[in-house]
Amino acid sequence: MAIVHDVMPVFELFQPTTVEDTLALLDTYGTDAWVLAGGLDTFDWFKDRNKRRKVVVDLSGVDSLRGVKKSADGGLEIGASTTLTAVASDPLVKQNYRLLSQAAALVASPQIRNQGTLGGNVSQDTRCWYYRSGWTCYRAGGNICYADTPTAINREHAIFDANRCVAVNPSDTAPALIALDAQMVIRSSDGERVVNAQDYFIGPSTDITRMTVLQPGDLLTAIRIPAAWANAEFYFEKIRERQVWDFPLVNIAAALKVEGGTIRSSRFVVNAVAAHPMRLTAVEEAVAGKPRNEETASMAGALAVQGARPLQHNGYKIPLVRNLVKRAIRGEAQV
Amino acid sequence: MTFQEQIPLEPGNKSRRTFIKMVIASGAAVSASAYLFRGSTLIGQGSLPGAVERLMSLNVNGQMRRVDVMKQETLAMTLRYKLGLTGTKLGCDRSECGACTVLIDDVPHYSCSVLTHTVRGKSIQTIEGLERPDGTLHPVQQAIIDEQGFQCAFCMSGFVMSAVGFLKTNPNPTREELAHGISGNLCRCADYDKILRSMMRGAAYMQKTTT
Ligand SMILES: Cc1cc2nc3c(=O)[nH]c(=O)nc-3n(C[C@H](O)[C@H](O)[C@H](O)COP(=O)(O)OP(=O)(O)OC[C@H]3O[C@@H](n4cnc5c(N)ncnc54)[C@H](O)[C@@H]3O)c2cc1C
Ligand code: SF4
Ligand code: FES
Ligand code: FES
Repeated sequence: MAIVHDVMPVFELFQPTTVEDTLALLDTYGTDAWVLAGGLDTFDWFKDRNKRRKVVVDLSGVDSLRGVKKSADGGLEIGASTTLTAVASDPLVKQNYRLLSQAAALVASPQIRNQGTLGGNVSQDTRCWYYRSGWTCYRAGGNICYADTPTAINREHAIFDANRCVAVNPSDTAPALIALDAQMVIRSSDGERVVNAQDYFIGPSTDITRMTVLQPGDLLTAIRIPAAWANAEFYFEKIRERQVWDFPLVNIAAALKVEGGTIRSSRFVVNAVAAHPMRLTAVEEAVAGKPRNEETASMAGALAVQGARPLQHNGYKIPLVRNLVKRAIRGEAQV
Repeated sequence: MTFQEQIPLEPGNKSRRTFIKMVIASGAAVSASAYLFRGSTLIGQGSLPGAVERLMSLNVNGQMRRVDVMKQETLAMTLRYKLGLTGTKLGCDRSECGACTVLIDDVPHYSCSVLTHTVRGKSIQTIEGLERPDGTLHPVQQAIIDEQGFQCAFCMSGFVMSAVGFLKTNPNPTREELAHGISGNLCRCADYDKILRSMMRGAAYMQKTTT
């Protein structure tokens, strides 16, 4: 439970104004440095004393990391520090990539969207409360998973791809970005690398202590959205208990290209079911060339949940994923 | 205890390269920052190389206030305990209730989750800054009195700041739009119907005063 402390523990604060200065700081301080964007994931860790760093590098003064612009290929480039409110209301995003505006608009609450950034939203840590309460579980470097014991409370945990840790990725924007074939631009003092959104997120079998490929010294500078899926038929739905604040129990982002009632190509991505967003490639392959009808929807729904392994309290996620995939294929009006 | 000892480093996989970097960084931290910042620009660059100066000017409710702020201090702490602006409440201190909502450059934020050092140069408005110098209440405040919109009113200043911020972007909302606009605030006494009615009335008063 939340304990209100007087203040956060001490750290040194740097407020660079350029990407170069930021990278130099991250290089100098290595694992002692923490990148601060909107801070809405960060401050809980610091306040609870469960994660600490000597040095905090605040990105709020680096103007070049903010904003949405058109790229040469007709797609968009979104600065990592662009707020979720700005992403949700940006005319360029709305015009061609409503999937992303919708996802961003459904995050948390207005105040959180006014401050939380797209870069922070895709780089945020899991919300597993054992881990966030400071229990030394696998993800925290220990050798037990408290969420996978006979008495564990694990309604929100994973049904896919668990490996010791059963935590989930809670981001709403991540599945939308994967469905749009987005790319993440990462810089460090060693140079720049571009990673497909799908490969940005990692599960416990790759590294149990991290949610993304980011290493100390890395800065996510921008997210590129190619023209490929501009104005496709989109479907985003987020299931949560309260309609504000709550993280998704499951969400789905789908993009479909349909010609004369036949699905030509598609992307289906669900999140909050594994430690990384799950792209449903089997579904994408199976529906290609099929009519967009109830039969295809049922077939795709059944395929989507193959291999799911529920824990004691999260079996409900299986019909949820199945039905969300069906609804995406039907293009059902959203509630 | 030294600064170093206070900080437990989390266990994790440290590559040889990052391990070596750590050793270098910790050994050279003092001189490294001096070297780094000689030629680079920092906002609010202090007299200490690379450090952010603790003493800062904050524009709060139209007044410049000089205040000594710790690096790790949140805006809610500064407002309440350094500047005596206790109209801003702290409920959860973790972005989950809205009691601490203030406007930063006209946009609602949870002040419990903003570092004060990140709002240098911006203008902050709190509940204390809403009434006119002659004591006339803001239309939203007046509407709350007329509707008797709150019970204990602990949540009120946060709700008012959210509503005032939202009405700047949408001055003539439907009840549903307004509900969505102030959905980042919780009320423990929870007569949301009355709260919404007050806020809608406030919006109507604002229309009257501007036209
Ligand atoms: C009460 C509450 C409810 C929430 N509900 C939802 C929800 O429903 N759906 C949802 O998707 N999210 C939700 N969130 C999460 C919120 O949206 C994220 O915390 C937020 O988007 C993180 O963004 P930030 O800019 O505040 O990140 P920060 O806290 O600043 O950063 C998050 C992490 O990313 C790293 N990071 C940030 N930017 C960069 C960068 N450019 N390069 C490298 N590393 C970086 C930081 O080091 C940190 O580890 C909720 C958060 C709270 C507090
Ligand atoms: S699910 Fe993962 S993060 Fe949660 S207790 Fe288990 S190992 Fe830790
Ligand atoms: S005190 Fe800031 S949101 Fe609750
Ligand atoms: S009136 Fe009591 S918390 Fe809202």
